[in-house]
Amino acid sequence: MTSIASRGLTLSYQRQVIIDALDMQLPKGKISVLIGSNGCGKSTLLKSFARLLKPQQGSVILNGVDIQKKSTAAVARELAILPQTPTAPEGITVRQLVALGRYPYQSWMQQWSAEDETMVNRALTQTSLQALADRPVDALSGGQRQRAWIAMTLAQDTGIVLLDEPTTFLDLAHQIEVLDLLRDLNRLENKTIIMVLHDLNLACRYADHMVAVHERTAFAQGRPEDVLTQALVKTVFDLNCRIIPDPFFGTPMCIPFGRELPQ
Amino acid sequence: MDKVVTWRRGGYSRRVNLSTWLRLAAALVLTVLVMLGSLSLGKVILSPLEVIRILFSSQDASLTLIVEQLRFPRIVLAALVGAALSVSGLILQSIIRNPLASPDLLGITSGASAAAVLYLSFLSATLGQQFLPLAAMLGAALATLAIYLLAWKQGTSPLRLVLIGVGVSAMLTAATTFILVFSPLTTTLSAYVWLTGSVYGASWPEPLALASWLLGICPLLVLLARQVMVQQLDDNLAQGIGVRVQWLRAGLLLVSVALAGAAIAWGGAIAFVGLIAPHIAKRLVAPGFAGQAVMAALIGANLVMLADLVGRTLFLPLDLPAGIFVAVLGTPFFLYLLIKQRH
Repeated sequence: MTSIASRGLTLSYQRQVIIDALDMQLPKGKISVLIGSNGCGKSTLLKSFARLLKPQQGSVILNGVDIQKKSTAAVARELAILPQTPTAPEGITVRQLVALGRYPYQSWMQQWSAEDETMVNRALTQTSLQALADRPVDALSGGQRQRAWIAMTLAQDTGIVLLDEPTTFLDLAHQIEVLDLLRDLNRLENKTIIMVLHDLNLACRYADHMVAVHERTAFAQGRPEDVLTQALVKTVFDLNCRIIPDPFFGTPMCIPFGRELPQ
Repeated sequence: MDKVVTWRRGGYSRRVNLSTWLRLAAALVLTVLVMLGSLSLGKVILSPLEVIRILFSSQDASLTLIVEQLRFPRIVLAALVGAALSVSGLILQSIIRNPLASPDLLGITSGASAAAVLYLSFLSATLGQQFLPLAAMLGAALATLAIYLLAWKQGTSPLRLVLIGVGVSAMLTAATTFILVFSPLTTTLSAYVWLTGSVYGASWPEPLALASWLLGICPLLVLLARQVMVQQLDDNLAQGIGVRVQWLRAGLLLVSVALAGAAIAWGGAIAFVGLIAPHIAKRLVAPGFAGQAVMAALIGANLVMLADLVGRTLFLPLDLPAGIFVAVLGTPFFLYLLIKQRH
């Protein structure tokens, strides 16, 4: 089953082609992780999946339908996106922020339905934020704030959640906390998660499906075990490394070599 | 903590912050008191009770003239001008996502000013003063349209809007100064008073015209209220939750120009209200456009009413433009709120 697919997708900024004629399918109900070097176009690709960027050519297919044929609100009911380093409106509380996720279901008349209330409370519970619900977002720590943003996407009640580097600026413990939360949502709520991650080891640990973006296309895709090889890391990141199985989890683990080579 | 209740009736539902309503009620009472105080004070000092008596049963013809024809229209005009500028500033600060945004910064005021000075210099001799508001409003609209078009690059971004706004504003201000230098002294004087912002000599047709214009905009404000907060998110996030960002930004920009342009047209280029009143309002009531907009309107109304009161009473027999005193009154109060918040 496919959640998001692309057909002959070409994306460009001004004249520069970022993604060239890409055909790709991302599995439904799984965690897919996009990896790649800085500027390789993985964030651009993620944006195009959410209809934030119009393709130069080709199309993005969301749940079987060309995404350009759907309205902004219709897309927002099927898919939520959390961009990198989002900013919250001045002074609003966690609950107000999470409630913004209900926007695609609201109208001028209906701005706080019983369902809105239920979904917001659910999202707050899932992210363990009930105790902080009435705090201003500005007063939260980095990890709490990221949970609040994730709660907003949960209130959107979509089958698919896209996240662009959801662990940036978090310490290791909070990175794990966020990724565990996303895995719970995937396993328990059957949400399709598609995210960009920089940390290859964490990417391998949490991904069901991995896509390495390189040279304007999906250079390799599949299970992390099959995608993350020494040769791939050399090609995609221009980095020497060894890949060994994680001694505890068995997923691939990348040991990067710098200028200093191991004895 | 604020008390929030839910209202649901059939297809209608809202969250309502009771604390906000309470504070708005208090601000409204304050506004009425300031209005009453302004009606009482002047060259002829009356007691508030006398003022009420005069308003409801006019006996003394000369006192009635002072209160109902000289002071009241001027006070109402001041209140409307302050209210419109403040709501405009609040919207601009949201859609530009910049706390420094205001009609002054974005070229709305300077567009109106350039047009007004042009009119005063070249057209008022033949056409009289009656079309001055129209000229100012046209200037505000044209300047904003130019800024919007120049900022367009596959859609507008808040940053491009503010940068181009500042640039266009600077050019228009230079043009205004240029025209002033070459105009006769009498024109320069009246233009200078206009540029400072004054409600001097207002009679009923002016506040009534402004009031009917603002009433026409009110339904739009009510309709667009829920779109203001989501404009403060990044474009990507806003679009991600289903907001039609570009359309709504253009719509809200249009509304803020309609508000500020009209206020400036009838009250002159009063600076600073549109910047400071929204900030004061944001510190007095919880986030949410409806509550903050009403609070900003009341704060702005009080600010300009008080500034005008100071201008026409403190330096008798001089009658100074209200625009001079807005900053003098607004800044200390704003600083007080900021300092109180810090502790």
